Amino acid sequence: MSAKQILTTLMTALAFVMAVTMAQAFENVPDQVSIGAMTQYFDGVEFDHEMHTELGEDCSVCHHHATGTGTTDDRCVRCHADSDEVAEVGCSACHAVDTFSAEHINREAADVYQFHIDTPGLKAAYHWNCIGCHEQMDGPTGCQDCHARTPEGDAFYHADAQASAAGKGGH
Amino acid sequence: MSGISRRRFLAASVAGCAATTLAGSKKALAAGSFSGYPDGMGVLVDLTRCIGCRSCEAACNKEQNLPAPEKPFDDKSVFDETFHGGKQKRRPDENAYTVVNRYDVESQSKPLYRKVQCNHCAEPACLSSCFVNAYTKTPEGAVVYNSKVCVGCRNCMIACPFNIPGYSYSSAFDPVVKKCIMCYDTRLKNGLPPACVEICPQEALTFGKRKDLIKIGHQRIQTHPGRYVNHLYGEKELGGTHWMYLSSVPFEEVGFDPNPGNEPIINNVKDFLSTVPMVLAIWPAMFTGFHLLAKKQEGHGDHEHDVEEHHDEEGGAQ
Repeated sequence: MSAKQILTTLMTALAFVMAVTMAQAFENVPDQVSIGAMTQYFDGVEFDHEMHTELGEDCSVCHHHATGTGTTDDRCVRCHADSDEVAEVGCSACHAVDTFSAEHINREAADVYQFHIDTPGLKAAYHWNCIGCHEQMDGPTGCQDCHARTPEGDAFYHADAQASAAGKGGH
Repeated sequence: MSGISRRRFLAASVAGCAATTLAGSKKALAAGSFSGYPDGMGVLVDLTRCIGCRSCEAACNKEQNLPAPEKPFDDKSVFDETFHGGKQKRRPDENAYTVVNRYDVESQSKPLYRKVQCNHCAEPACLSSCFVNAYTKTPEGAVVYNSKVCVGCRNCMIACPFNIPGYSYSSAFDPVVKKCIMCYDTRLKNGLPPACVEICPQEALTFGKRKDLIKIGHQRIQTHPGRYVNHLYGEKELGGTHWMYLSSVPFEEVGFDPNPGNEPIINNVKDFLSTVPMVLAIWPAMFTGFHLLAKKQEGHGDHEHDVEEHHDEEGGAQ
């Protein structure tokens, strides 16, 4: 595997870059959030933020103490009961895209007073939030219920007709 | 008189030699213990996070250029496959260095999924058992092997307490052992996480320094009361492994050996192996001593020189 391919794989696999559409004023919540794209194996997700806010759930369900009403989680309120709203409420402000890169691991290790030593990366933060809630509320939980698989993804999972035929032929 | 003193000298020499060698071997035994590479990398597997998507299997297959699978990697029917009369779930082999198995446990409504691959022991039994030194424990934490020197003896397959190394039985002329190397060649040594870790959508696999993962593991148990059994599997088992596990049910319910012991496998044979150099060092000296003593006894007394001459004549006659 060439360095370029490794780089491409790394970039794309971790490229869960979230682009919050901030067309409106800062205090307004976006209606639609484009959750970048894992363009290599799956298409991105057009997250219907408006629909999810209309479910009546508290902002803190997803945004923890970062915005809105503040968190009520027993684990968090010890420190964050009166925390101010943060400037950047987008998920990637706290949940790193490159959470397992050497640079990120070394940076975290250098911060010896850090309490949050186990913050999930961006990809996990999304999947936990989405799947966790969807399981409780009977929302979609299958991979392709939220993002369609690309032809490259079909090949990756050996789910395309050609690949599976080759697999069967080989045995 | 001179004969007796010489005999005493010989006996004393043999005893002294044995004492020195024994003392030496004890020192060697103490120095032989290995404390591992705490700065080496590892993976913390959290069974409560895994959703059984098998993406790690697909990523491993791609990264390691393994043959196409019989069933696609999004086919969940593999979880129902069992072997050896239904007791054995899927295991890694020459075509798949990692597999995910499903466990339907009684105590919870959702099944648990367990990823199986090399646990990259701090003191690997496969390495200890390999007489051609094909295996290496790298400071980065991976247990890698050089298939060019592998002679296919399969000692490592028997030695491994986790039944991990596979064997390329399909190769008629060059069968070698095959197993997970934590993507050492293509990723780990370049500072990248293994392919399975990178693809995992749930961060069921957390990559980091082993010493940090131990802290994180215990913190998760502490901050999520009731979610985990209070045990970080692999922290101490078999001298410690670089892949460690958290589970919501006792580990024997998800296919783990619940009590493999905390001693590295090598410790079972270390005492014995440490006597091998002692035997090699002492026995020649000791038996030479016996030989000389026996000869001296033949020539006991004042006729020493005559006897020696007589022996020479005998030797010449033969």
